[in-house]
Amino acid sequence: MYNSIVLVKQVPDTANITGKVMKDDGTVNRAMLPAIFNYEDKVALELALEVKEKFGGKVTAITMGPPRAAEILRECLYMGADEVYCISDRKFAGADTLATSYVLAAAIRKIGNYDFIFSGRQAIDGDTAQVGPQTAEKLGIPQITYTEKIIEIKENTVKVKKRIDGGYEILESELPVLLTIIKDAAEPRPFKAKRVMAYKGARSLIELEKLTEGNSLLYIDTLIHEYSQKGLFIKTFTADDIDVEADRCGIKGSPTKVHKIESVVLAGGEHTKIPATKEGVSKLITELITDRIFG
Amino acid sequence: MNEVWVFIEQRNSKPADVSFELLSKGRKLANATNGFLKSIVIGKNVRSLAEETFKYGVNESILIQHNDLEEYKTIPYSRILNELVHQRKPRVVLFGATVTGRDLAPRVASNTKSGLTADCTDLKISDVKYLNKDYKNLLLQVRPAFGGNIIATIITPETPVQMATVREGVMEKHLYETPFDIKIEEIRYEPSENDKIIRIIEQYREESKVNLKSAPIIVAGGYGLGSKANFSFLYELAHLIGGEVAGSRAAVDAGFVPAERQVGQTGVTVRPKLYIAIGISGAIQHRAGMQESNKIIAVNNDSDAPIFDIAHYGIVGDAMEVIPLFIEEYKNKLK
Repeated sequence: MYNSIVLVKQVPDTANITGKVMKDDGTVNRAMLPAIFNYEDKVALELALEVKEKFGGKVTAITMGPPRAAEILRECLYMGADEVYCISDRKFAGADTLATSYVLAAAIRKIGNYDFIFSGRQAIDGDTAQVGPQTAEKLGIPQITYTEKIIEIKENTVKVKKRIDGGYEILESELPVLLTIIKDAAEPRPFKAKRVMAYKGARSLIELEKLTEGNSLLYIDTLIHEYSQKGLFIKTFTADDIDVEADRCGIKGSPTKVHKIESVVLAGGEHTKIPATKEGVSKLITELITDRIFG
Repeated sequence: MNEVWVFIEQRNSKPADVSFELLSKGRKLANATNGFLKSIVIGKNVRSLAEETFKYGVNESILIQHNDLEEYKTIPYSRILNELVHQRKPRVVLFGATVTGRDLAPRVASNTKSGLTADCTDLKISDVKYLNKDYKNLLLQVRPAFGGNIIATIITPETPVQMATVREGVMEKHLYETPFDIKIEEIRYEPSENDKIIRIIEQYREESKVNLKSAPIIVAGGYGLGSKANFSFLYELAHLIGGEVAGSRAAVDAGFVPAERQVGQTGVTVRPKLYIAIGISGAIQHRAGMQESNKIIAVNNDSDAPIFDIAHYGIVGDAMEVIPLFIEEYKNKLK
């Protein structure tokens, strides 16, 4: 039996940004961006589920983010996660990778009892690949980044294939270990219809609180009880639920600050227009030969 | 004394190119603060490598050698750097954004609670006014963000140590004109049981045959080429005109071209004599990796594609028609 915790993140779909997402002052209007499940995190969840199927154990998915991030936790349940946690608090907002790893490490300590931590190699909104290693360091456990394959799990060790520049390494690590996963490692399974039916009504604390707003007949404690009974309560950690110092969370706990943001203004430099014809291309090649670019 | 440190990545005592590129940048940063540039060299039998770093303007080298340190391993390497950074508080620490650098830098930043910015495309020293407070000699860490729609300048005003990673080729390597006398401080390494938590069982590495950085001509394709099969035309053209084939990130992600050929912020930065961009729209991340090319030809069927704004020659047309034309006309000139 091996228990896994999977770190997942909801990210803006930066590959599909349209002009409208930029405000007139050049800043990003996050609300306009479609939010998606970071793909490599989904691959990480797939690997955790495969470990569970082979050896037994429990898969717990956690995310830190705004209330809306509960969407991807439901997707984790659809894929097969046993338990999910939403780590959400205004105090966590504006976190850089250091403050994020601090909160994630505290949440992981609170959940406890893990053999593996899985996460995607990096998230597409920043591409930093920092949160995994930073979390492992805070937990005092080893890490293997760029994991391409789990080769073998035996007793208290795991053997993995890691992608390195120009090749690969086979590494053996003692457990617990944090693995960051590259996208080629596995194909995430599709949602199971049965699980979608079962969990589409799962709600986080914040989502339940929203339900009670403006409805005096609903009491939050009753709702939580009701949803828990049905196995539909997405457990939520706020800053009060985990052992964190407020100064080290969110924007306060983030050493990196954005000093300046410039929207990309194209120089609009002049260029020579070459017609896409035999003559046009021929003339261009002659010019490049004259300029000694060719030959 | 303000210190700028560069972690020297090595394999079989041979340095990664990016490490020496960072030394040249580090020298400039150190000069801007009247500071010291130090190379941090970890490995087995790497004294001569530490000596070599002085060619790039290093004031002093910190050397840690041990049989156990021959290969990069996360735990011992990060432990060494964690302790060094804690004790000495350098102002700046730079790492190559390689698989190794991206494994190591975040652990050190996490341990020492330092700010760390990934994949910077520029680094500068400047005085900064931030939230009505004046800071002297901060490291400005410039990187595109948010799908390339913005360029962000990141600062780390309150932490003693500012860390950044940089991709290969972004900074230019220069021999320093007036090198300093070699001064190496060797630090003893004490092995620890924890260092063996992860063992290397096997290693396979092929020296990359692709060297985009030294190619005089680059023929680059983007997602607009539509398929891996269409990339074969690029290889034909590149072969004919003595160039190398490269791709945008979108083309790499789509599997049209291998990752080692990726040009851009998260790939390699190149400065060839001629860069032919075919079916590449020209997102800022891609431009960051090629805009210093001597001449740029853009081929795209969208006349509004941003790539045309930095091109010297623009051809609006279908890639699969323009490439064969180019090949044919070039062959005609050779006759």
